Amino acid sequence: MSVEHHVKLPEGSIEKTTTTLNLGPTHPATHGVFQNILELDGERIVSAEQTVGYIHRAFEKLAERRPLYQITTLTDRLNYCSSPINNMGWHITCEKLLGVKTPKRVDYLRVIIMELSRISDHLICNSVVGVDSGAFTGFLYVMQYRELIYEIYEEICGSRLTTNMGRIGGFERNFTPAAWEKIEKFLAEYPAVLKEFENLFTRNRIFMERTIGAGPISGERALNYGFTGPNLRAAGVDYDVRVHSPYSSYEDFQFEIPVGSTGDCYDRFLVRNGEMWQSLSIIEQAYRKIQDMKGTESEIYHADAPAYYLPAKKDVYTKMEALIWHFKIVMGETEIPPGEVYQSVEGGNGEVGYYLISDGGRTPYRLHFRRPCFIYYQAYSELTKGAMLSDAIIVMSSLNLIAGEMDA
Amino acid sequence: MALTNETIKDRLIAKFGDQLSHFEEPYGLLTFEAPKESNLKVLQFLFDDEELRFQFLTDLTAVHYPDQAGRELAVVYHLHNLTDNIRLRFKVFTAVAQPDVFTATQLYSSANWMERETYDFFGINFVGHPNLKRILNVDEMEYFPLRKEFPLEDQTRIDKDDAMFGRGSIK
Repeated sequence: MSVEHHVKLPEGSIEKTTTTLNLGPTHPATHGVFQNILELDGERIVSAEQTVGYIHRAFEKLAERRPLYQITTLTDRLNYCSSPINNMGWHITCEKLLGVKTPKRVDYLRVIIMELSRISDHLICNSVVGVDSGAFTGFLYVMQYRELIYEIYEEICGSRLTTNMGRIGGFERNFTPAAWEKIEKFLAEYPAVLKEFENLFTRNRIFMERTIGAGPISGERALNYGFTGPNLRAAGVDYDVRVHSPYSSYEDFQFEIPVGSTGDCYDRFLVRNGEMWQSLSIIEQAYRKIQDMKGTESEIYHADAPAYYLPAKKDVYTKMEALIWHFKIVMGETEIPPGEVYQSVEGGNGEVGYYLISDGGRTPYRLHFRRPCFIYYQAYSELTKGAMLSDAIIVMSSLNLIAGEMDA
Repeated sequence: MALTNETIKDRLIAKFGDQLSHFEEPYGLLTFEAPKESNLKVLQFLFDDEELRFQFLTDLTAVHYPDQAGRELAVVYHLHNLTDNIRLRFKVFTAVAQPDVFTATQLYSSANWMERETYDFFGINFVGHPNLKRILNVDEMEYFPLRKEFPLEDQTRIDKDDAMFGRGSIK
């Protein structure tokens, strides 16, 4: 949006002049480093101009000098509320380029992880909408269960926030019994918690008054603005990458896509809650599918892609071939076949896309991330025009803007 | 009837004839090239045509190929027809000396920031853009960092030679 110098007061205003308010970049209510220069008529927003890029880290440039597996750590830092989805999306992109076919069990394990991350992402977004409308309880209540999800990540890959989970072709190790126990615990306990969370908000008079009609957008405008994910679905468009371009065997699962109608903060909240229920059901289905597997299939956790996948240490010490692979992987000496790939996954905020061009070197020639946050944040000034200042905060949190994803 | 890559290609050729070239389908995604003067015409046709309806701009970015004289920069559009659920990719090439390409902001509001980002990193001058200024980098920056002439690493380090990355030869 352009800077509107000499912003005119709307007709009928009782103010003498507009007030300029600098919201951010380190404002405690913006949950991230973004700056908004608001022009206010009293307490109503006349125009908003966004500045982004405060935590730009040049990931696309960095990726041009990194072997494929080292780029996973960059994807962690895009949407850090659901890093495993980004990790898996990146692995799926590489597998598409390399022509690696993953076994069903790997796909299902990935689905479990991706849906857990979606829950943790939506959980934070929705509870923060609560915080911004004055209801702190929900946020503290669900935090326990985000912690449980992070513990599951820890059991699987050893880290919590920036996970660097999995490898091209699968996972670095099988899920431990402790990880399964925690997943079972989550499946058993979380529905009651989510129900309670919904009870706190969904029909809460104050919450409804604050969110209904705040920051609405029509489906048509949302599409034109490149919205994807829950924000687009809240506006009534049932586009979901998991259904439209299935990856990681999502076609094997039964689930619904919750949609809203007005695209306001309340609908976005309801859609995210609805998606959490669907994610739970998907995790349950995947869990059951994995439990039903028998024989060697029930143990497999990676595809046969030796060039991208570190061999077991005992093989490195005893087998020549494993030693060679180990050396080549660690030294980054694996050449990538030339090709051009676009692959997207349904991230916490929408379509996370990876546009990868390889010229046959050891690193990508060009890598571009489609970051849903970056694309839909430009609608912010349209969403908040004419709204109250306090709505500006709530619209921002209900869009789930993540600075890391926006700035890449 | 579901739209296929073949139908799209036929309709495009019927409309634009031999202006469009390099039809390919890498990994099943229809890809083609248009002259940079007609990028808007192609986008508009894809948007308006009753059968094609490519009305969602998924992604817009650029690629720098310093070795292709006269067509160093490629602007890449990823479009999506959400009704028939089919994607396509189309590119326009421009010379780095005069990187003028028409803006798509009239058609897609989402193109605004995507074009600003592309300008920021590659210096593509989107003609007609309402607010073409840097977005992620600082305003004072004087170069376009994702172009290939800007090396990423410290050039005095010999262990970061291009040959280590599978390109060029060892000095």
